Amino acid sequence: MMSEFEIEALKLSLQVALAAVGFSLPIAVFTAWLLARKEFAGKSLVDGFVHLPLILPPVVVGYVLLVGLGRNGIVGGFLHDVFGITIAFTWKGAAVAAAVMAFPLMVRAIRLSLESVDQGLEQAARTLGASPLRVFATVTLPLASPGILTGAILGFARSLGEFGATITFVSNIPGETRTLPIALYTLTQIPGGEAGAFRLVVISVLVAFAALLASELLARRLKAKLGG
Amino acid sequence: MNANGHIVDIDIRLNRGDFHLGARFATEGGLSVLFGKSGAGKSTIINCVAGLVRPDSGHIRIAGETLFDSAGGINLAPEKRRVGYVFQDARLFPHMRVGANLEYGMKLIAVSERRHTMSDVVDLLGIGKLLDRYPADLSGGEVQRVAIGRALLASPKILLMDEPLAALDFDRKAEIMPFIERLRDEAGVPIIYVSHAVEEVVRLADTMVVLADGDTVAFGDVEDIMSRLDLRPHTGRFEAGAVIHVWVAGHDDDYMLTELGFGAGSVWVPRLELDRGTPLRLRLRARDVSLSLEPPRGSMTLNTFEGTIVDIENVAEGISPHVDVLVNCGAPVIARVTRRSMNDHDLKPGMKVYASVKTSSIDRHSLGLGRRR
Repeated sequence: MMSEFEIEALKLSLQVALAAVGFSLPIAVFTAWLLARKEFAGKSLVDGFVHLPLILPPVVVGYVLLVGLGRNGIVGGFLHDVFGITIAFTWKGAAVAAAVMAFPLMVRAIRLSLESVDQGLEQAARTLGASPLRVFATVTLPLASPGILTGAILGFARSLGEFGATITFVSNIPGETRTLPIALYTLTQIPGGEAGAFRLVVISVLVAFAALLASELLARRLKAKLGG
Repeated sequence: MNANGHIVDIDIRLNRGDFHLGARFATEGGLSVLFGKSGAGKSTIINCVAGLVRPDSGHIRIAGETLFDSAGGINLAPEKRRVGYVFQDARLFPHMRVGANLEYGMKLIAVSERRHTMSDVVDLLGIGKLLDRYPADLSGGEVQRVAIGRALLASPKILLMDEPLAALDFDRKAEIMPFIERLRDEAGVPIIYVSHAVEEVVRLADTMVVLADGDTVAFGDVEDIMSRLDLRPHTGRFEAGAVIHVWVAGHDDDYMLTELGFGAGSVWVPRLELDRGTPLRLRLRARDVSLSLEPPRGSMTLNTFEGTIVDIENVAEGISPHVDVLVNCGAPVIARVTRRSMNDHDLKPGMKVYASVKTSSIDRHSLGLGRRR
């Protein structure tokens, strides 16, 4: 039904998107909590920095990643020399690019849901003997879970569609960094590639719908668990 | 218990913009009501006790343990204070069933330190049928009972109750009051109870702390505080009256009346289903008490007591047509008379008068279960 080329691109896209969300979700939750609940010097600076990928051209983000995480970059060189990890021009790099681009969307959604959790409930839990960490795990997090789910889905969708930063940072390597959008772009550059491109469009739409449906079902179950 | 023997020992100051709080009182346990108008600082005080608000200076000691002491640099985190807080809006966790709500604090206490069992508390509060429900499916009264149970199961050293009845209608209040009475008498936990309703004070309190504009105006036994005319601006005029200790002296079944005895006589009230000897607290509203210089003959009032005027309320002319008169009838009784009759009869402290109370003016809301001390 699907060609090897298509299966490869689809599998890679799902792998990259899942890794990107799995890796950045805890950080996004922590950042959102920091922005929602804490007052500290330089808060607006942090807020602005988190939102940078949303307003910068993706190519700029990709280039910055390349400079920083490439083998000659400060972080990339360190990772390669000490741990033997290469990020640039690998699928891991694609995941990093997707995570960075999706990060502000995730933080925004999660922050909203954290802000809507009644702090009175958190206070009540404290008076009942729960440490701040336990309060977060047993009260804040469960009550914010619908928003965290929304953030994760938004991040997943954004990661699936990531193109500009990815192609700048990790290029277009078949089987390694050629995700669905990049494969689609490749086909549009080849004479006679229109039919193949159209098939990829259909696959992209189906994947997006499946993700949406899954999130809807999850949200319903969460809602029931939260006691309506 | 600490050196001076007080179970609750609070002396705190707090400034927040225009609001200044200076609270200083000590009680011997039992149920203490923080009484005052809204904005008097009542909730702020118990938030300080719970550790949710940090006072600028002073100390808070509960049952011998220092929770806060600015001089000693002590400020325990809320979770270390072992206070049970019943919030006005209950604050049950909406994502947990009633059972899980009740267990939340209990599970964080070592088994050896638990002072109440789940089944005892569930029985005490009558919430056995609610355990599998979510808070959203409970009535207002049920929500408050579960909130009380949740706080109690955390084995607190003190219970803080912030107007737990304020959000409830009349019937729901009547539903909860007996549970709080039982809590006071059976659970053995000192309670600080915030209220602005005199009827709750009369029914529930052993001690009251009167607050106004962030200051502690007075504190002491309910009977003493309520009979002080100088506190009238703070304890309120309309519902004002003396509170006296009485006991059930007998019943008259034919006329459906109950005789309540006190120091120097007795009061007949509508029949109460209580055993002889049951101690009660009776509030006689000043507006229900009338005075006369002679023993009233031919009066239809059963309850007339001879007494001596102790004090007359000092109200400037032009503010109210009434003044309140404190009469010692073996127990303090406050009567409200018009300024005109006061002047006509030239009422003065030391004069002998007769105070009359209409039986029908005494209802369930004038009575609180007293405590055998």
